[in-house]
Amino acid sequence: MTPTATIQLFVFLLAGFVGFQTISRIPPLLHTPLMAATNAISGISLVAALVLAGAEQSLLSSVLGAVAAGCATANIVGGFLITDRMLAMFKPAKTDIDGAPKQ
Amino acid sequence: MTGTIIQLAYLFAAALFILALRALGQPATARRGMQMAAFGMLVAVCATLLDQRIVTYEWLAVGVIAGAVIGYPMGMWVPMTAMPQRIAFSHAFGALAATLVGVGEYLHGLHEHTLTHGQTLALGFEVLLGTLTVTGSLMAFGKLQEILPGAPVTFRGQNVFNLSLLATGVVCLAWLVVAPFSPQIFLAILVIGFLVGILMVLPIGGADMPVVVSLLNSYAGLAAVATGFALDNNILIVVGALDGASGFILSMAMSKAMNRSFANVLFGAFGAEKGGDGAAASAAGGEMVAIGFDEAAMRLAFAQRVIIVPGYGLAVAQAQHQVRELVGLMEKRGVDVRFAIHPVAGRMPGHMNVLLAEAGVSYDKLVDMEDINDRFAEADVVLVVGANDVVNPAARTNKSSPIYGMPILNVQDSKSIIVLKRGRGKGFSGVENDLFVSPKTNMLFGDAKESIIQLGAEVKLA
Repeated sequence: MTPTATIQLFVFLLAGFVGFQTISRIPPLLHTPLMAATNAISGISLVAALVLAGAEQSLLSSVLGAVAAGCATANIVGGFLITDRMLAMFKPAKTDIDGAPKQ
Repeated sequence: MTGTIIQLAYLFAAALFILALRALGQPATARRGMQMAAFGMLVAVCATLLDQRIVTYEWLAVGVIAGAVIGYPMGMWVPMTAMPQRIAFSHAFGALAATLVGVGEYLHGLHEHTLTHGQTLALGFEVLLGTLTVTGSLMAFGKLQEILPGAPVTFRGQNVFNLSLLATGVVCLAWLVVAPFSPQIFLAILVIGFLVGILMVLPIGGADMPVVVSLLNSYAGLAAVATGFALDNNILIVVGALDGASGFILSMAMSKAMNRSFANVLFGAFGAEKGGDGAAASAAGGEMVAIGFDEAAMRLAFAQRVIIVPGYGLAVAQAQHQVRELVGLMEKRGVDVRFAIHPVAGRMPGHMNVLLAEAGVSYDKLVDMEDINDRFAEADVVLVVGANDVVNPAARTNKSSPIYGMPILNVQDSKSIIVLKRGRGKGFSGVENDLFVSPKTNMLFGDAKESIIQLGAEVKLA
């Protein structure tokens, strides 16, 4: 196994562990926004698509890259917008005009 | 130099993504956190544009602009009720992006004769997972959107057939690793992946879709991880791992909430085994006792503590706004009202919370099952709206019941119960519900929306 592959496996393992720990703490209240959020974040494959689309290897590669970039961008734009829309709806209990919480 | 800048930008973005997921742990910080993540994404994408391998900007500009034009309506115009199919659809997008990148990189490596065994393994894995997520997600989308029939489609030997097809895919993958320069095998993996995606979701019924959607989330993440391995790109590995972990946690949570093992959801074809001993004799027997609107409203209006249990039926009837109005009327009279949310109350993890939040219910009133179960005993009235199996005490008491062991809301502990129900029929699992015939329970039959409007009018008069 190459040293690069070893480092990659380390990154994968640690990221998976951090992800597991962090996401386990997210309450069921926010599970739908979580799915929308991970969806948006997974649009990071755009960085790979950009390199493919811009590298001018062949026409086919450029087309594949452009379509992939389109899909990834749609996920990023749509994903962050819809997550924000959802999270904006989650409001704490109403407060009275003077700002004191109403019971 | 630019290489270093790009890597540092990726590192920064990865840190922001993890912090954003941490911020999602609380509703108060969640929104700010996601805005940070969006900023991290912007940084990562801008840094990538500095990459020296990028020599022309036309194609990528076309792709990004088209994507933004498609993405905007997917973000702003999709109603909250359509969230499950929206998410399924974007899993297909994400997986398609990963697949196309995989195909592009493979062709490039093939052309330049630079494919290594390790890279081919990652690329093969990427396209296999990517393709099956694309078609699987589209199938899930179709079923949720009701373009395709929601009922499970089964045929004899289905599981054996599907598993052998998947095994063939894995064999092709192994072959490709041994002989990287064989495009026919690569093509075969693509085709098998697409087929497996379709066949995998075909036998899964509409009600089990929450598990499938979460699982596909996980697969899309793993496809991104494979992309990261193939391209030696750490941020793809990090994000893919986060995505994979999230999907895995959610699908486990969903299976547990439905009292099914993972394997059972994937291979069980629930519809087929339904019926049979499903109608196992109810222990208590007895009759449902109906109640009038005026009396039900009176009990709600003069209670101290009321817990509302919203179920799938509420979402179907689209009565969230009416429920919120009813709650407003009761609170004006000083009644303490909470919502008890079962994990599978909506059509996907956490869906009911979003629907109620959209209707204007504050999140402090939305209480998860584990936190509210001890508080049912203090409740004067529990109002069950369109929920059945998730409040069935047989899950705790009746060992012969098919839903035995399923986590439920302890509605039976409360002082009195009013159940809003369309008719006298059984729940999704076909099991009798002892709660409905309990002496503490009164039934209010009719359409959920109509009934709640009526209740509101009566509470106002009380």
